Amino acid sequence: MILTEEEKREAVEKSRKILSRHDSSKGSLIPVLQEVQSALGYVPPDAMQEVAGHFNIPSVDVYGVVTFYNQFRLTPPGKNQVKLCMGTACHMRGAGIIMESWERVLSIKVGETTLDREFSLERVACVGCCTLAPVAVVNETVHGKMTPTKVDGMLFSHRLANPQQKEDKPE
Amino acid sequence: MGDKVKITIDGKEIAAVPGEKILWAALDNGIYIPHLCAGRDDHSPLASCRLCFVEIEGYAHPVPSCTQEVSGGMVITTRSERVDRIIGTGFELIMSNHRTDCRACPRNHSCELQKIARERKLKLKPARLPRLDRDLPVDGSAAKIKYDPNKCVLCGHCIRACREKGAGVLGFARRGFERAVTTFNGSPLGESGCNNCTACALACPVGALALKE
Repeated sequence: MILTEEEKREAVEKSRKILSRHDSSKGSLIPVLQEVQSALGYVPPDAMQEVAGHFNIPSVDVYGVVTFYNQFRLTPPGKNQVKLCMGTACHMRGAGIIMESWERVLSIKVGETTLDREFSLERVACVGCCTLAPVAVVNETVHGKMTPTKVDGMLFSHRLANPQQKEDKPE
Repeated sequence: MGDKVKITIDGKEIAAVPGEKILWAALDNGIYIPHLCAGRDDHSPLASCRLCFVEIEGYAHPVPSCTQEVSGGMVITTRSERVDRIIGTGFELIMSNHRTDCRACPRNHSCELQKIARERKLKLKPARLPRLDRDLPVDGSAAKIKYDPNKCVLCGHCIRACREKGAGVLGFARRGFERAVTTFNGSPLGESGCNNCTACALACPVGALALKE
């Protein structure tokens, strides 16, 4: 994911502001990262470097913490957030296959965001409607009994409803 | 250091420094205990490789010798049915996702895994578990070092060496099966600020990080 200069500046500014409210004891590392994520929606590399400098630890250690916990995301959330349920019921009903189809149609891996920032993909635990398994939640709408064909269809109708997307796409 | 205490390992009487870990006391006296992740100067050992178990008289279960401090009069046995079983399984788990390419590996004949297999009569090929090759790309971007994450056993020696002698660019990231030694943001070694000190390649016991030929 390539971030714009504007985004990088915002990341540094907001992280510095957050860091100014915290001491440099190691116990503050995760609370700081949580605040960065709630301010920016994700934890970009520039923010991680600021944080590492503040705590005087190697930046790779901050990267290690951010990648260890599922609660942190490394890429900015997309305009449309797709959450794939990986709970027990969905898992048994083929959630893995559904995840693969989303990954294939969007050309990203789970946890990432498409280059045009239209979609981001993430895995969640049970969303509470196991009778509809396998479930995908797009923004706030629950889509039950997902199939690979349904994934293709949802993306197709999204592209139809947002035709400007195609024109905007770089060559 | 205070007065030495007497302990017994496999029937051999040994003088050890109080507070010293059993593993190092044994190794210093020519008694081999398998180990991968232990570092001599560790304040709080990772104890993650699960290969250095020993039996101590009076203890209900085998304990990792890299975390257990010696105390006077301890009677330790490095082999028992229980210990062999724990170490055998631990070794099999490690081997199930280590890319075994010994013939082409720069660590062939000086590999810690080969040594453990030889000492404990274990097989390099896991008998009960499937091979799970992670199939990650080999990083040859640094001038002097080649990194093959498929061979990594996550012992952490390279990270320690990188921080002591190098630029401190290596660290652990992600978790579970995805856990790996990597650089900040997963960037290739060549772009990570690595200063090619090669300390990691010399520290790696299994040839995951190796000197370029």
